[in-house]
Amino acid sequence: MKNFSGKVLFLNRSDINTDEIIPARYLTENTKEALKPYLLEDINLEGFDNKKDIEGKAVIITRENFGCGSSREHAPWAFEVNDINLVIAPSFARIYKRNMFNCGMMAVELPAETIDQIFSVFSNHDTDLETVFNDGLFILTAANIMESFEFRISGFDRALVEAGGWVDYADSKY
Amino acid sequence: MGKTIAQKIFDSHIIDNPFEDIYVIRLDAVFCHEITTPIAINDLVSRGKDRVFDTSRIKAVIDHVTPAKDSKTALQGKILREWTRRHKINDFFDIGRNGVCHAIFPEKGFVRPGYTIIMGDSHTCTYGAFGAFGAGVGTTDLEVGILKGVCALGYPETIKINICGKIPDGVFAKDIILSIIGLIGVNGATNKVMEFAGPVVENMGMDARMTLCNMAIEAGATCGICAPDMTTVEYLWDFIKDEYKTKEAAQNDFSKYCSDPDATYEKIIDHDISILEPMVTFGYKPDNVKPASEMEGTKIDQVYIGSCTNGRIEDLRVAAKILKGNKISNALRGIVSPATTEIYRQALDEGIIATFLEAGFCVTNPTCGACLGMSNGIIAEGETCASTTNRNFSGRMGKGGMVHLMSPATAAATAIAGHITNSKLYKGK
Ligand code: SF4
Repeated sequence: MKNFSGKVLFLNRSDINTDEIIPARYLTENTKEALKPYLLEDINLEGFDNKKDIEGKAVIITRENFGCGSSREHAPWAFEVNDINLVIAPSFARIYKRNMFNCGMMAVELPAETIDQIFSVFSNHDTDLETVFNDGLFILTAANIMESFEFRISGFDRALVEAGGWVDYADSKY
Repeated sequence: MGKTIAQKIFDSHIIDNPFEDIYVIRLDAVFCHEITTPIAINDLVSRGKDRVFDTSRIKAVIDHVTPAKDSKTALQGKILREWTRRHKINDFFDIGRNGVCHAIFPEKGFVRPGYTIIMGDSHTCTYGAFGAFGAGVGTTDLEVGILKGVCALGYPETIKINICGKIPDGVFAKDIILSIIGLIGVNGATNKVMEFAGPVVENMGMDARMTLCNMAIEAGATCGICAPDMTTVEYLWDFIKDEYKTKEAAQNDFSKYCSDPDATYEKIIDHDISILEPMVTFGYKPDNVKPASEMEGTKIDQVYIGSCTNGRIEDLRVAAKILKGNKISNALRGIVSPATTEIYRQALDEGIIATFLEAGFCVTNPTCGACLGMSNGIIAEGETCASTTNRNFSGRMGKGGMVHLMSPATAAATAIAGHITNSKLYKGK
């Protein structure tokens, strides 16, 4: 299983699409590793600098409809090669969410009010998130604040995270 | 209880329900292009699983960057080409015979009512125009599709959109779908199927229905879908005439893929288009739409007519009718990219290519090219493009550029005017 804990990167905007996550001009790359420097290069987000703000982060917390647009699995891969395996948002685009779990990564939904609360309490601090996978728990800490949030993923998604992806699973079963 | 089109197709293809909310369905076709497939191929090879579930059900095309623009895109083409040879995938369309995937696969008769189809491309939702269930997927799902002919999906809850009223002059399928996306938002149909129904859809040709379904993903939908009818039969007739005695027999058979009168919908939206105006996008999201008249005068550097949304023969005809006898403004440049080789040939025969050339357009070979900012018309930082494509995302057609989505008619009128304009040059159908 991949690592789902570490420093949080807050992206405070809804509808962040996969062209912003990894622009099409980099889809000519034939390895995942080559995508690393280009993650979030075209994001339309005031004050964000992909050259500085991604380094050392392991978790994304963001707003509605994350990963909309193109079906490119390069979007999860660009996160994966930057050691970011978990995105938390109120909602995701269908293909993006599927792609994440298909790669053994996690796209986890929390209610919009919870995300609001997390943004207001934590987004101005240096924040750490710890995932307790078996208990379905995220523990967020910053300065002297600590809060935990329950999460749920479907049985299928859990199986994919545990199996590390969908290809071998499908090949043995169908 | 009645079912929707998508539910009927889905139910007849389910082979497993391994977890709550997840169904594994059998696929009738898997389509491939050179951007998302090579990584799937390489991964299958590295896993020692370089197999395909059925050579006759896999179709492939090189369309996104063609001719190759550099060594990396040449390699992507090479991987796909060699793979089709290795596995004797005969329906492979290379340069000279190719076209944008969602235009060429329907044109070849590969999309039929009742089919389940996946492709590593989000606009696979286009195939719903034929009463098929087409879903865009990522590389891993594509890999499993190629290997096993199956895909795992959620149950297709459906939103029905009844489109009624008289289509005003100068308004086309593109304006209708832009207005619908503006109404329900980029997240309005996520995980749902959008079923387009009503008299306006019934009177639409297949090209227009494909435009409508093509942009369902821009509202987050898994698939856009229309009921198959005589128009569908006519389009497919050359491919199906050995299977059916008469067109009526074909239509009768296809009617099993129409929604039941008592089908359950998540939501039903009645959309009257009688007073709809030509629509244009203004921001970086496809639901940022406004009437073209409110954008009048917006500066444009490039006009682009093409793509899987609006590069078909009907689209070129409409644009050519407006361009005929006119020159495009010196303030901008124009590019037209017929969506397939066959459309190019047809446009040549009908004098449409000559009209574009006389107006001052550059005519390119069939390719996605500029639509996703990979080749053939990338714009510079700070430039704007009036485009018949489907995405206006930040950087989509080139870093720092702005794309305004619109119909081919509005794009043609804009090319002549030199800025966005409500097509007054367009006189009736
Ligand atoms: S024309 Fe554009 S939207 Fe359509 S398949 Fe090609 S890149 Fe994708």
